[in-house]
Amino acid sequence: MEEKEPMFSAKILKLFTNPINKDNPITVLMLGICSALAVTVKLEPAMVMALSVTIVTGFSSCILSSIRNTIPNRIRIIVQLVVVAALVILVDQILRAFAYDVSKQLSVFVGLIITNCIIMGRIEAFALGNRPWPSLIDGLGNGAGYGLILIVVAFFRELFGSGTLFGLQVIPESWYIGNGGFYENNGLFILPPMALIVVGLIIWIQRSFNKQLIEK
Amino acid sequence: MENIANIFVRSIFVDNMIFAFFLGMCSYIAVSKTVKTALGLGIAVIFVLGVTLPVNYLLNKYLLTSGCLTWISPGLAEVDLSFLSFIIFIAVIASITQLVEMIVEKFAPALYSSLGIFLPLIAVNCAILGGSLFMQERGYANLGEATSFALGSGVGWCLAIVGIAAIREKLKYSNVPAPLRGIGITFIITGLMGIAFMSFMGIKL
Repeated sequence: MEEKEPMFSAKILKLFTNPINKDNPITVLMLGICSALAVTVKLEPAMVMALSVTIVTGFSSCILSSIRNTIPNRIRIIVQLVVVAALVILVDQILRAFAYDVSKQLSVFVGLIITNCIIMGRIEAFALGNRPWPSLIDGLGNGAGYGLILIVVAFFRELFGSGTLFGLQVIPESWYIGNGGFYENNGLFILPPMALIVVGLIIWIQRSFNKQLIEK
Repeated sequence: MENIANIFVRSIFVDNMIFAFFLGMCSYIAVSKTVKTALGLGIAVIFVLGVTLPVNYLLNKYLLTSGCLTWISPGLAEVDLSFLSFIIFIAVIASITQLVEMIVEKFAPALYSSLGIFLPLIAVNCAILGGSLFMQERGYANLGEATSFALGSGVGWCLAIVGIAAIREKLKYSNVPAPLRGIGITFIITGLMGIAFMSFMGIKL
């Protein structure tokens, strides 16, 4: 019998903080990149996406961890997909009911949370071998690490691409060339390829500070 | 017919799964170290997309769209099952990849030994589910259009992964800054390839 741990021991907290930097799902483990980049043109959909993924990762880990001893090993992938898909349907319906504009902007990418590799990766690597409570924290931590990258990328893309943050004008109107100034929005930042380049640069910066992450 | 060819070319070059929508990025980055394996995975993706997407198209048309159940009985005209589409699409994809794997293993062992390891990976490849979701959102008019979209996206994905694998093979001999080695430089190169592919924008047959 395992020893009972306090709810918020140092080990549990580590499960939450590690994925944010050292084990970041996007920049280190290369998981969940698929849906990460397409929603980062503006901050608002990026935030909503980050939140949805965090919730789905946390709860799917928790649910599957609590039924892990009853799932036959051979069909576990199907069981995982069904649980995740059910959670994503819930998130999708909630978004449609309460944030219709954002859900239209995210379009197919809400559905694509199902095949987000972070979720399957955490279930396979962590939740199937651990208790529900650490699994929940691990899921939430990985979701947060994913969300952090999303928000950073969206911040730069919206700031340089449209001169706004959350849809509010940040760069003063009088700076624009049309108003007699010197500034113009960089249209390249709105286009898809720039998301990849921004993530590449984030990886570069992160690895310059964490030397042990450098690949041979 | 013209429309079908148009959709095919558009989904290869203009609406490329990787460069325009970032779908299937995970396996794209993880399995693009050599051209040979990249080609194997690319062909497997074309194959699975070409099989699952038409099936999902028929399911969507005759089962899921709001009010489409009238072919069973007129009383079902008000039923809207579209909220079930995620779970049905993913179930179809997972089971078809399983079936395809078993069939290929039985009847084409040579193909299985080169493709086999990739097939389970593909069930959770975003490009496959993404293809079905785009098909639902764009509302293709008939089965021919949906199939040509499926094959076009598959070919586009294959083209992208083979291209990046070829570049990465050459990249071994270049002196990349240490923190950027591996996935960092792969991201940036993919971005540059995406910019190159943007020159196809506006192409029409």
